[in-house]
Amino acid sequence: MDPIIANFIEENIVPKFNYWIYVILMMIGLYAMITKNNLIKKLIGMAIFQTAIILFYVSIGVKEAGGIPIISHHGSEHHQEAGAHSEAGSENLKHNIIDKDKYANPLPHVLMLTAIVVGVSTLGLALAISQRIHKSFGTLEEDEILNKLRPGGHD
Amino acid sequence: MTEHFPILILLVPLFGALIVVLLGRERPEQCWVTSLVSLGISSIISLFTIIIVLSDKVQTIRYRMGGWEPEANGYEVGIELRVDILAALVVFAVTFVGFVNTIYSKTRAEAEVQGKVSFFYALIQLLIVGLCGIVMTNDAFNLYVLIEITSLTSYALIAMGNRRAALSSFNYVIMGTIGASFYLLGVGYLYIKTGTLNIDDIRMVLGNNDLWEHQSIIVAFIFIMLGVWTKMAFFPLHGWLPNAYAYAPSMTGTFMAPLMTKVMVYVMIRVMVWLFGWDFVYSDQHVWRELVIWMAVIAIVAGSLLALARTDIKKMLTYLIIAEVGYMVGGAWLGNVTGQAGAFYHILSDAAMTFCLFIAASIIVLRVGDSRVSAFDGLFRKMPLTMIGFTVGALSMIGLPPTCGFFSKWYLISGGMKAGQWEYVCALIFSSLVNAIIFFRIFERAYFGKIAGVKEDLSPSDSDANPDTGIKEVPWSMLVPLFIASGSVLLLGIMNRTLFEWIQTALEVMNT
Amino acid sequence: MIEFSIIPLFTWLVSLLAVPAILLFRKRPDAREGITFLAAFLKLGMIFMMLPLIREGKILHFKFGEILPGIPIEFRVDGLGMLFALVASSLWILTTLYAVGYMRGLKEHDQTRFFACFAISLSATIGVAFAGNLLTLYIFYEILSLSTYPLVTHHGDKAARTGGRTYLSHLLGTSVAFVLPAMIYCYWKSGADINFTDGAFLDGKIGSSDGLIVLLAFTLGFAKSGLMPFHSWLPNAMVAPTPVSALLHAVAVVKVGVFCVLRVFTGVFGTDFLQKLDVGTVITYIAAFTIIVSSLIALTQDNLKRRLAFSTIGQLAYIVLGVSFLSSNGVTGSMMHIAMHAFGKITLFFCAGAIFVASGKKYISQMVGLGRQMPITMIAFLIGSLSIIGLPPFGGAWSKWYLFLGALDADQTAMAIVLVISSLLNIAYLLPIPVNALFRSPPQKGKKGSDAGIKEAPLACLIPLCITALAGLIFFLFPGLGFELAELITK
Repeated sequence: MDPIIANFIEENIVPKFNYWIYVILMMIGLYAMITKNNLIKKLIGMAIFQTAIILFYVSIGVKEAGGIPIISHHGSEHHQEAGAHSEAGSENLKHNIIDKDKYANPLPHVLMLTAIVVGVSTLGLALAISQRIHKSFGTLEEDEILNKLRPGGHD
Repeated sequence: MTEHFPILILLVPLFGALIVVLLGRERPEQCWVTSLVSLGISSIISLFTIIIVLSDKVQTIRYRMGGWEPEANGYEVGIELRVDILAALVVFAVTFVGFVNTIYSKTRAEAEVQGKVSFFYALIQLLIVGLCGIVMTNDAFNLYVLIEITSLTSYALIAMGNRRAALSSFNYVIMGTIGASFYLLGVGYLYIKTGTLNIDDIRMVLGNNDLWEHQSIIVAFIFIMLGVWTKMAFFPLHGWLPNAYAYAPSMTGTFMAPLMTKVMVYVMIRVMVWLFGWDFVYSDQHVWRELVIWMAVIAIVAGSLLALARTDIKKMLTYLIIAEVGYMVGGAWLGNVTGQAGAFYHILSDAAMTFCLFIAASIIVLRVGDSRVSAFDGLFRKMPLTMIGFTVGALSMIGLPPTCGFFSKWYLISGGMKAGQWEYVCALIFSSLVNAIIFFRIFERAYFGKIAGVKEDLSPSDSDANPDTGIKEVPWSMLVPLFIASGSVLLLGIMNRTLFEWIQTALEVMNT
Repeated sequence: MIEFSIIPLFTWLVSLLAVPAILLFRKRPDAREGITFLAAFLKLGMIFMMLPLIREGKILHFKFGEILPGIPIEFRVDGLGMLFALVASSLWILTTLYAVGYMRGLKEHDQTRFFACFAISLSATIGVAFAGNLLTLYIFYEILSLSTYPLVTHHGDKAARTGGRTYLSHLLGTSVAFVLPAMIYCYWKSGADINFTDGAFLDGKIGSSDGLIVLLAFTLGFAKSGLMPFHSWLPNAMVAPTPVSALLHAVAVVKVGVFCVLRVFTGVFGTDFLQKLDVGTVITYIAAFTIIVSSLIALTQDNLKRRLAFSTIGQLAYIVLGVSFLSSNGVTGSMMHIAMHAFGKITLFFCAGAIFVASGKKYISQMVGLGRQMPITMIAFLIGSLSIIGLPPFGGAWSKWYLFLGALDADQTAMAIVLVISSLLNIAYLLPIPVNALFRSPPQKGKKGSDAGIKEAPLACLIPLCITALAGLIFFLFPGLGFELAELITK
């Protein structure tokens, strides 16, 4: 492969692949929301769009060699063996200091849990509205709906 | 007790919503009373909050949710609520408008949302919780969550109307989600760079590490702005607003039209002034200041002209909202404190006058059964009280003293002149003249025209037209909110100097 | 020199308080009109109470409270305000008497609304007269536009609607588009002070190019002064009943317009500052143009009220012309002309209305020989015309004279010639009316008996027009008060 392109890929795409992915997903979602005629497809686009952002957030919390951000407690054993451990270790445990490099950043995860909930609610609400629209208009295609409204006067 | 006021303002309507949902099964007629009581309590608490915040000892109330103490290095750990005079004023506006609107909804609720009255009241209260939360929170992500709470409840409230409302609500869902997601994206970039979500701390970190010119920060700013602009219907991102507000059930429209976009303007001002700060936003290195003012000018002109072209009353009023948003965005971006303070004063002023006009318009559409401008024929004789209320709101839109609209135009024009942005000044004057044409055409009809007869067929664009038997005035439960609204238009005008001084002092503190 | 006094407040308030009383007595016309008379006499009385103080050189002051940072709503009565207030309130009494005769003679509808709006308009006029700063002036100016709208559109027919539309669009449009930004600009440049103090607040704070723009904005923006090109609201407002036309368009509304222009020249800029900036000439040319063109148009009008309207436009332009000379003679001439023209023009309008009530005639061509049946009316018309034209022994002579002097002071000999030419035009379009009516015989009676039954107008109409006509004579003989008040401003 051409060295310039390889260089470009190596510097701009590979290390930032998470950003590229979320951007592509976001664009797919946006495209669907805007161009699709069917209301449900729009909603799917919306879901993709929101998911892209969720992916973005989660991906920024990742650390090399970082694991799941859940501290594993071994129960009461630690307290009984407190004396037997090294000073640094017991100090650590007493002040709840942990080695942050071993865990992925939990804050984005927490935020995204909230965001997922928001996304789900929005999707649910939008589906309910679509049901209502379907009941009123008999169709879920946007152009057909607009046609039905037109004779009544669109002001 | 008083230190818990911020959270109480949020909790009371929250529990009110819960109670209303539970009551809805057994005693639907109690829903109205419960709502009224909870929103009344909330308004009173927010009034007290204003008084507290004005006193010298307490300039700002800071409330940590859950009592999480900050870290050793000063960074906040939990979510913080921060109430200064600006926030207190907007919170009061929100709860008070909610309260008055609930009075208005007494007779309309059953008619417009058959069988779902309790859900309506629950949703309105949740909406108020969301709006107050947006205003008070000091955490960027919490702001997103509250924006979404507000949006979700408003989607549902609008969709409760007729089928056109459902369709408009769907479009609103799509556009609103895009907007909120953009905001979230912006916050994400800020988080990457600063590692904190508390607005004060973000500013501190950005300042300490001099990250202002970093690409991520600029991108974050642009995304946040785009998101907020979509939610406030800043031209050309306004497409969802006219249909959504015009077709919504009238009691929803009267509540949302004055408040939702204005609270988003408040968010924009907060983000600009407090999060990013004066030097960043207004510096000459960024080309956006001039650009945004031109966009505001286009918004004002386009909104006014589109309103002029409308024959449906409510659609016309929604386009006027779009123009007013242009005023506020332009004012905030002028680059001087007069402009910012003027834009903020306009938040309050526009809320009052839009509320007044929407209630009047809803009453007229209801009684006359026609939502087009021809509904106004001869109304000065048949519905004089309603027309007086409408006139006060209209004069404020045109900008005649002593209504509040005059004073906000005064401040905005002063700010524009000081900043040398003559196109903005011309746009404001142009908009006043166009508003004058729009409203005087209506006044002429109302003064001269033959009285509209009872319409047999319902116009498609309104959800609450009833072929009433003859046009008389409406019951007091609907007129009282109208008079309260007109009264506040006049009161805000007369008191503008005091309010403006408060606002200006608070902004000057923020800007240093 | 500046004294606090509560009388200006009450002078302003008395006509406002009359409004609810008028509305209350809507079913009893005599009581209702009585209230208007009471309010008018009280108002005039209070003005007379203030007069001696003003003549001593004091300025009476009343402040409502600050409404914008640095700007209160306040009253400040000085010589100019006093002059205008005297004219407006004395004429209110006479017009009410006239209106009673006119409206009852024609059995007009909605008389309560009519008298109520009249009272509000007078309040607004006094508000303008006593305004102590630009904002107060502006507020009352706008209130006047709004409160006169129901009066202009009183008849409620299509013509009234169109006339009302032109009226409001011109007046509101110009004030919002021009006066408002100019006022805010002054506020900004002068450091938040727009009070009409003796020294004029803009002195030294603006340059000559913005000064010109601001001056133009104010002069054209106060479109009630009838300067071209924003003058067309006036002839179109003649669809109103004659008492409305008489008071509001020959005295109050248009006089408010020129009063505001006078205030801008003397209180906002100050004639000295304007001389330094050398920006008066543009206004002089606009005024001169208006004078000539309006007089020419007046010649072509057959509808009596429209002819009088164009005449008013020209006469108002005299006032603006006078003040644009930036000399004390010019300002004196302008101020005197406010009073002289008011009384003269109102006489003419009263006569026009009387003719309509008595005979139904609106067109000048129909009025040949009418003097036989309506001698008093026509003689009053003659006197009024002579005063407007500016011939002694009537008051208009004084004001024309001083305007002439002012032109010479300012080395504007061309304008002096304009004054002479326009006086000749005035003769041409005014004098033929009474002369034809009095000294020519009426044409053959085409329709049988149509002219036979014409008698003089009702007494309630006749008395006011005689009083105002005589006033023209009296003002010639005793102009002292006018000069005194003028001097207070020009020194």
